[in-house]
Amino acid sequence: MTDQQQRETESVISVRDLWKVFGPGADKVPRSPELAALSRRELIDATGCTAAVRDVTFDVAPGEVFVVMGLSGSGKSTLLRCLTRLIEPTSGTMMFGGQDILAVDARRLRELRRTKFSMVFQHFGLLPHRKVVENVAYGLEIRGASKAERTRRAMEVIELVGLSGYESSYPDQLSGGMQQRVGLARALAVDPEVLFFDEPFSALDPLIRRDMQNEVIRLHKEVGKTMVFITHDLSEALKLGDRIMIMRDGAQIQVGTGDELVGAPADDYVRDFVQDVNRSHVLTLRWIMRPPRPGDPMDGPVLGQDVLVHEAVRAVLAARKPARIMDSADNLIGMVGDEEIFGVITSTETVAAASSRPVTVAR
Amino acid sequence: MSTATTPTARDGGDGAAGSGTPEPVEVGVVVRGRRRLTTAAQVAVVLVVWIVAWAALRGTHTLPLAPSDLTSLHHSLNDARDWVDDNRNSSPIFLYVFNEIRVVLNALSQMFMNLVAVPPEGAQFPRLGWLGVVALFTFVATWLGNLRVGLLTLVGLVFLGLQGLWVPSMETLAVTAAAVLVALAIGIPLGVLAGFNNRFDRLITPLLDFMQTMPPFVYLAPLALFFGIGLASAVITTLVFAAPPVIRLTAHGIRSVNKATVEASQSLGATPGQTLRGVLLPMSRRTIVLGINQTIMAALAMVTIAALIDGPGLGKNVIKALSTVDVGTAFNAGLALVVLAIVLDRTTTAMALRSEGGSHTQRHRSPLARRVEQWRRPLLGVGAAITLVAVWLSRTYVAYAEFPFTAGGTWDLGRHVRRGADSVTTWVQDTFPVLSEGLMTWVTRGIIDPLQALLETSPWWLTSIAILALAWILGRWRATVPAVICLGLMVWTGLWQDSMITLASTLVATLLVMLLGVGVGVWMGRSDRADAVIRPVLDAAQVLPPFVYMVPVVALFAPGRFSAIVAAVVYAAPVAIKICADGIRTVSATTVEAAVAAGSTTSQVVRKVQLPMATPAVTLATNQGLIFVLSMVVMGGLVGGGALGNDVVGGFTQRELFGKGLAAGLAIVLLGIMLDRVTQAASRRVGRPGR
Amino acid sequence: MRGLRTARVTALVASAAVALVLSGCGGAKVGDTGAASSAAPAASGSGGGGGAECGTFNIAINNWVGYEANAAVVGYVAERDLKCKVVKKDLKEEVAWQGFESGEVDVVLENWGHPDLVKKYIDEKQVAVDAGLTGNKGVIGWYVPPWMAAKYPDITDWKNLNKYADLFKTTESGGKGQVLDGDRAFVTNDEALVKNLNLNYKVVYSGSETALITAFRQAEKQKKPLLGYFYEPQWFLSEVKLVKVNLPPYTDGCDADPAKVACDYPPYELNKIASKKFMDSGSPAAKLVKNFTWTNDDQNLVAKYITVDKLSAADAGKKWVEENPDKVKAWLAG
Repeated sequence: MTDQQQRETESVISVRDLWKVFGPGADKVPRSPELAALSRRELIDATGCTAAVRDVTFDVAPGEVFVVMGLSGSGKSTLLRCLTRLIEPTSGTMMFGGQDILAVDARRLRELRRTKFSMVFQHFGLLPHRKVVENVAYGLEIRGASKAERTRRAMEVIELVGLSGYESSYPDQLSGGMQQRVGLARALAVDPEVLFFDEPFSALDPLIRRDMQNEVIRLHKEVGKTMVFITHDLSEALKLGDRIMIMRDGAQIQVGTGDELVGAPADDYVRDFVQDVNRSHVLTLRWIMRPPRPGDPMDGPVLGQDVLVHEAVRAVLAARKPARIMDSADNLIGMVGDEEIFGVITSTETVAAASSRPVTVAR
Repeated sequence: MSTATTPTARDGGDGAAGSGTPEPVEVGVVVRGRRRLTTAAQVAVVLVVWIVAWAALRGTHTLPLAPSDLTSLHHSLNDARDWVDDNRNSSPIFLYVFNEIRVVLNALSQMFMNLVAVPPEGAQFPRLGWLGVVALFTFVATWLGNLRVGLLTLVGLVFLGLQGLWVPSMETLAVTAAAVLVALAIGIPLGVLAGFNNRFDRLITPLLDFMQTMPPFVYLAPLALFFGIGLASAVITTLVFAAPPVIRLTAHGIRSVNKATVEASQSLGATPGQTLRGVLLPMSRRTIVLGINQTIMAALAMVTIAALIDGPGLGKNVIKALSTVDVGTAFNAGLALVVLAIVLDRTTTAMALRSEGGSHTQRHRSPLARRVEQWRRPLLGVGAAITLVAVWLSRTYVAYAEFPFTAGGTWDLGRHVRRGADSVTTWVQDTFPVLSEGLMTWVTRGIIDPLQALLETSPWWLTSIAILALAWILGRWRATVPAVICLGLMVWTGLWQDSMITLASTLVATLLVMLLGVGVGVWMGRSDRADAVIRPVLDAAQVLPPFVYMVPVVALFAPGRFSAIVAAVVYAAPVAIKICADGIRTVSATTVEAAVAAGSTTSQVVRKVQLPMATPAVTLATNQGLIFVLSMVVMGGLVGGGALGNDVVGGFTQRELFGKGLAAGLAIVLLGIMLDRVTQAASRRVGRPGR
Repeated sequence: MRGLRTARVTALVASAAVALVLSGCGGAKVGDTGAASSAAPAASGSGGGGGAECGTFNIAINNWVGYEANAAVVGYVAERDLKCKVVKKDLKEEVAWQGFESGEVDVVLENWGHPDLVKKYIDEKQVAVDAGLTGNKGVIGWYVPPWMAAKYPDITDWKNLNKYADLFKTTESGGKGQVLDGDRAFVTNDEALVKNLNLNYKVVYSGSETALITAFRQAEKQKKPLLGYFYEPQWFLSEVKLVKVNLPPYTDGCDADPAKVACDYPPYELNKIASKKFMDSGSPAAKLVKNFTWTNDDQNLVAKYITVDKLSAADAGKKWVEENPDKVKAWLAG
């Protein structure tokens, strides 16, 4: 009991064995071990059902930015919609702040949606016939907030997302990036505990996208909300995510921090995925250090194991000696020399030593 | 239908890349060309086999039925009618349901009638005199639309008065208003429901098809039996035909609201009601207003039909004029209907634009337009004041209450219209008969007769097999299943042979409609000037009651199938032309530019780029053309079209033929549904465009 | 902006409300001051006292001009002399008969036979009664345009019809001569006639009276051959004097079996049909209906006022009534 309670207080969202199957007799699939074992293609041939989400399990900690990443058709958007029950999952459990979301009735669910979580959409989903301020206030309006109150709150949020001066514009008068700021503001206006982002920036052009990513990082620092973020863009995932879950064909392939994914891909699929990433910007020294060897010079620079490789390059190369990696208790745990550094920068070598490391390190 | 929405909902994000470049188009054309060739070959094979089999078997199993013979089905329909007739004074359904409906509808339409058209009990004039009506309508049009439609309304209404048709026009307006109001009260909620609920949508679609294709002649007499002679029956007749568009378009509007926005609303915890009011209805408002517009047009089209059971208004003028073969008078009344239709159409369209744009588009407008917008409120205030004064005047002075029309006076525009129409028709009738008879004989002998012979004298099972084979080739299951059902029911109506004769005429008429549709449509789509000149003519031809051109058509082509076909073409071509023109217009300018840059001649651009890319529009035009042609079958019966049209007219005019007329009406509906499903499935399969 | 839209809606509602309020208070100022207006519908006639006796008088109007002539005259007399509130209802024949039962129709003023309706509503339901003859003699038969009668004098004898069958061929008659019929509502034995007289003809339906008249009009104008079903009294005959073809003469009972008819149509004595309730009500209009009778020439004259002189039906009726006070007096007497 206490154990479970503790876990519930620890994680905001806790998902266990979640399935979403579309098609006739969908609910039979998760219950049948044979069917559940089939690949997506085989399942379609056998039953005519499509498994959009297959047996997904994860936890999201308070204040964490949890990114779900996958290509289109991987089931990530369906997963997100299951979390808010915009789509009813076929089976599994979902706890939200200790409450079983699947068990609540429509009324309570609305209550949760109105107060606890809100969502930002890929194509914004703004109301074209309403001004920015009315769009932002929509969530408060349906809660029944007074006009004065919701306008006041909406103006606050509009300022927070940097849209001051545009509150009386209509959505079609704004650029895509600004429209998504409205979407963001609408989600923030209800002061939710969790924000869900459904590929919010994929419709924007690259420069705007970077701005918006920085905006999210800034907001996360300022308001400290828990966020679940869907994307198909790995660099976005690495940039924003505290932890990342990679999905493929509805199933989760790997969950871990950015450096874990790059440093220790769970399979060839993930490896393929992370191949083009600039590893030196993701990996920390921990992933490339080698054990100290007899005869290693002990007068090289001292670095922490969580230093990013590209931050260490200059120091290591300038010292012409391998750097000593110390843990927090000042114990020597490894060495990083030119060889290791170049190995990462030229990406010729996979980080063999690391692949055996456990990947589900909770923060 | 429901499955088709999934792919379209998804393509928003990804495929922005290649649509403008010429290569994918080229590929699309080639691929489709090849596929169409094989389809065409298959069709040809079926036709050849059919003709060979026909040559061997013709004249057997044709299921003929003489004009005055009845089947047991027809007798039992007669009996059903008699049962209703016998029980309408005793059955509780009549006493408590139909009579109540009748009372309510009578009261509602009487209220509108008293407001603008006929004096209330004991009064001398309607509550609003002509000046009041003109002022009020002008004001409302300006308010909800813009100044332009306001002026149009003003001119249009005064024109009606000067035609000498103020009172019948107002009667028409009143009945139309009552019918449209009820249609909206019923239609919008049903449309919302159908937009939400796929099952309900599937349930209601055939019913709506039925309401729109069932010839009103069939239900006119029974309605008078149910709801009595008078306003209520006229309103219901109109309602049956006019409600479907608003239901369909509301459902369509609800369905096509951006899914993300609906999800956004739900994810914020909105109740279904809040989502409906805050998101769905406002965002589909434009489509719904378009539906209202279509409903109004359909209601006006029923005015002449309703006149046959004492429905008031301009329809009576048309029908009366026809009994004296007075084309001028009929045209004058028809023109009044056209004017009313145009005023209402333009006003509702302007409303739709305003409701869509809201006032926020003013940022994109010119400074002048913005200034006008700024002055709008004070101007409207002044307008409101003027309107109030006008209303008061119209209730106080006879000159403003009753339209000051003197027949034969300088301002009697009706006289000029009548004379003009008369002399034009006389001239046409005297000048062209040789030419027109040649054309008639040629088309009848060369096209209609052979096709009809094939359909009429083939064994019924042979025709059925051939039609099913064609349906399979063109649309697979989607076309074949409805075709099986419809053909089966057609046999059951006992009117197989008449159905086949009508089908032959329908196909020929549709062919002519499509020749016109594509020809004129391409011209209009490519030339703004042609469009500007032709479009108003098409608008008018669509609204002008077919009764009006019945006389010249018969005079030119003699009573017969060809006259029926011509009447149908006049009625159906405008729709097809407009759809084709719009299709050509929406072909991406970049693609056309690319083709021109590659050195294409005009005809190459038309044949290789614009027409193939407008395939969806052309198939839609064919589909609509077919339905419109079918809706003229009964009208065709009035000019010698024979077959089902004649059966329906007979059922309306002879008591013992009622059952047969009803069965013939059903057969028309079945033909319509079959042709609609086959063409739709075919366009889905064969004509899928490379967008 | 939202405010503006709200304002617009409010104002729309307000203007509708104003219209309704105004309509509700029904001030009759126009009525008080505008007595001079002559165009006020007769329905509201100033001498309300007289109206009480007759009340509302519902006349069905079938859609042909001869009928309208009858209705115009009777209606005008009922209004002028009996102070009835005359309501004319434009209805197809069958719907008009339906109206007898529900009380929505009091009278049909020119009835062409319709044995099926007679059986249903007079014999079985007993809601309608025969209100006597109109005095008009209906003649039904086959006609040709006058130019043909002049050019082929022997064409008016049915025995010669086969000789001329080729002339009457059309695209619709399938290689035979064409007999053009009208509306299916018309009383017709034509298919039986063609068969039983061994004529090389086919009956083709023009579908409506309008189409039939137009066809005859064009046939005369363009000198085209046409043989068709027609009838008198009919206003069109005063424009084009169609010539009747003599079929084997009618003898009593020769049309007893519809399938075996081989003789001309019987002369029709057109009659009036009225609702039983109305006839029993003692309304003065009922007496007028019973007494109303006139000749084919009378009817043709009124029809001419309507079709050629383009008078409205009401004006045509008024004109005839004022020109024929004696006949009208007879209807009102007794």
